Amino acid sequence: MDTIKKGFGIVWLALGVYAGYFSITSIGLPKLTSGLAGNQSDLVFGIIMLFILTPIIVGSLITFGYYALRGYYNGDGN
Amino acid sequence: MSTAKSSIFKVIATSSVGTMIEWYDFYIFGSLATIISTKFFPQDNPTAAFLSTLATFAAGFVVRPFGALFFGRLGDLIGRKYTFMVTLVLMGGATFLIGCVPSYETIGFMAPVLVLILRLLQGLALGGEYGGAATYVAEHAKDNQRGFLTSWIQTTATLGLFVSLLVIMATKSSMSKEAFDNWGWRVPFWTSILMLILSYFIRRKMHESPLFQKAKDTGNISKNPLKESFGNRFNFKFVLLALLGATMGQGVIWYTGHYYAMNFLKNDCKVDGIQVEEIMALALLFGTPLFVFFGWFSDKIGRKPIMLAGMLIAILSYFPIYRSMYNTATNGHRTEIAEKGTVAVTMAADKKNPLDSVRTTKTHKVFVDGAVYDESKEEMVFADAAKASAKPKIKAVTKIATADYWSLVFLVFIQVVFVTMVYGPIAAFLVELFPTRIRYTSMSLPYHIGNGVFGGLMPAVATYLAANAKGTGPTPTDPDWYLQGLWYPIVIAGVCFIIGLLYVNSNTHKTIND
Repeated sequence: MDTIKKGFGIVWLALGVYAGYFSITSIGLPKLTSGLAGNQSDLVFGIIMLFILTPIIVGSLITFGYYALRGYYNGDGN
Repeated sequence: MSTAKSSIFKVIATSSVGTMIEWYDFYIFGSLATIISTKFFPQDNPTAAFLSTLATFAAGFVVRPFGALFFGRLGDLIGRKYTFMVTLVLMGGATFLIGCVPSYETIGFMAPVLVLILRLLQGLALGGEYGGAATYVAEHAKDNQRGFLTSWIQTTATLGLFVSLLVIMATKSSMSKEAFDNWGWRVPFWTSILMLILSYFIRRKMHESPLFQKAKDTGNISKNPLKESFGNRFNFKFVLLALLGATMGQGVIWYTGHYYAMNFLKNDCKVDGIQVEEIMALALLFGTPLFVFFGWFSDKIGRKPIMLAGMLIAILSYFPIYRSMYNTATNGHRTEIAEKGTVAVTMAADKKNPLDSVRTTKTHKVFVDGAVYDESKEEMVFADAAKASAKPKIKAVTKIATADYWSLVFLVFIQVVFVTMVYGPIAAFLVELFPTRIRYTSMSLPYHIGNGVFGGLMPAVATYLAANAKGTGPTPTDPDWYLQGLWYPIVIAGVCFIIGLLYVNSNTHKTIND
């Protein structure tokens, strides 16, 4: 089980990077662009996606993945 | 350390009433989102105004983690009791004042600015409330009853939404639609001040949490709860685990079963607003006791299996449930009584340019099962024939019949069951992860990120995904466009399920008396 936990650390690291890429390119930037062109609601949404949700998703997944790879979650009592 | 039976229920009641009132304060804003958007945001584009309100709604959610940090730290430094007296007064005051802000038409740009500031204060207050209430109750409970006793706090979010819907429905039914649109919508906000006064007097008599008092008496209070919680790798790994393995999935499932279901029925299925509120209220009423059941059950078999089962079943069920909701609510399966249907077309001069005209087509349809459909379509007819015609504005509403009404109650109820499975045990789960000296700080942040950020953004992200799939033409690009918004909760809860399965420890009855 500890090996699986460590191995999945790479998955979380990769997922963090991909989630950041998807969030920025598919939602955040299009909304921000639309917002800067005059759409008020898109501007707010784009800012929240780019500066709040994306950093939280990327930061937490990458840190979690790193901790998992280092074995910090190994052992029954964690 | 535990408390005598009669005292513990007094502790639960005191904490729960105040927390429920805070949730009520928070949710009336979202429940009245449509009307608020017309009052405080520019009128040019109703969809944009509505999304702006959702964004403001989301701003209230996004700021919750900051409230968690601020008040969590306070609660670990000076005590649970005083901290959530402050949050209560802050929330009640901000809510009352939202009801007092003049509309955009009266004071212009200051109106949305004031509403946004007050909404942010609501978010800050809520960020401090939940962690305090859950910690306060848990620190009075025996190890083998913690799930059951804290589950009463877990009912307060749903009850707060339920009460908000009841107050709104009662206010609407006591006055004309015009009066409610003009000023009646403010009444639910003003009602908050009465609830604040009641809750304040109840909470004033509370004693401090026994575990915190013991920690204080023995000099075991943290001098820097923020640094100990998040600057210490040993504790921070549990903060991450709480977020990624529990609260992230719980947050999106909570908001899917509550707000997304409501918005879906109103905006995508065009079901009559009052019927939707009734359907939600009934589903919430039937589902709420299950919070306590699953909290109790988690004391028997552990928190993890119930929470993960709720996530997994929700992930696998959302598509069929929402497809069924859409098919039940929309008119595709209904047989029209042709002779009872009417179409009325009127032409009127455009107010902005009298040379142009507005053609209004009102369609009324009656169906065999008793459902009634009303549509109003406004199209510009330009005097200059060479001018391109704009997209018609269409408002449509279906009042559904009894059989479909109860089908929808059942379909929403199933989603509420998922919510009770993931949310019922989570207070006990979070409390058990962290030591007393930094508990309020450590558990509040992942809870409010999971619910405030991931969950709170769910309606906005899901609406965006569905709108993208629908496209802007007369026929939707994707026939299943209305399901695409569900990818957000499914993916988030799916990742959370796998992380929870692999990394969360299954220990039950973990003692928190440290």
